[in-house]
Amino acid sequence: MKFMLDIVTVTAISAGAFFFLAGTVGLLRFPDTLTRLHALTKADNLGLGLVVLGLLPQAGSLRGGFKLICVWLLVLLAGATVSQLIARAALANEANGQRGRPRTRARQDGSPT
Amino acid sequence: MPEFMTAVLGFILAMLALGLIRVLRGPADADRMMATQLIGTAGIASLLLLGTVTGVPATIDVALTLALLATFASIAFIKKGSASAPESTEGG
Repeated sequence: MKFMLDIVTVTAISAGAFFFLAGTVGLLRFPDTLTRLHALTKADNLGLGLVVLGLLPQAGSLRGGFKLICVWLLVLLAGATVSQLIARAALANEANGQRGRPRTRARQDGSPT
Repeated sequence: MPEFMTAVLGFILAMLALGLIRVLRGPADADRMMATQLIGTAGIASLLLLGTVTGVPATIDVALTLALLATFASIAFIKKGSASAPESTEGG
């Protein structure tokens, strides 16, 4: 039984780490603000959810497991709300022409992955 | 199992450090704010892993506080960005 739970933990935490990698690569490589926001919010919240899912079999008590799930739910709620608001603020700044420097596409080639 | 979790913890911290490049380069303020949101999410994940590896349950509470603070940081950014909008004078 413990072996099966360990397999669940290893699988879920590995998948979560993969989604964190996907979120970071998307944040670094995607060309636009809104596409970067898309990559970051979805992939990272899913990665955190998978890490929490993997940690649940290792939680000592029922109360500890509930607390882990509560952390994830808070992050989900806050991430969904904040990503909408950031997208709205970015669009408003773009409409006002208040962006700092203009983007240069040529620099995207040399970015590390 | 603790060795595996510690390795994943280091990997997630490396992803967090790579995300800091976007703070350095990001052309708009929203890009830098997104990188701070990445710091929040990855920091919460690494704190949860650390709390399970070391067996210190108070680390979970630290992760909960970090989630709250990251949310407040983003909300402060949005309120600053819309300070010139007329509907932001309601005092929130």
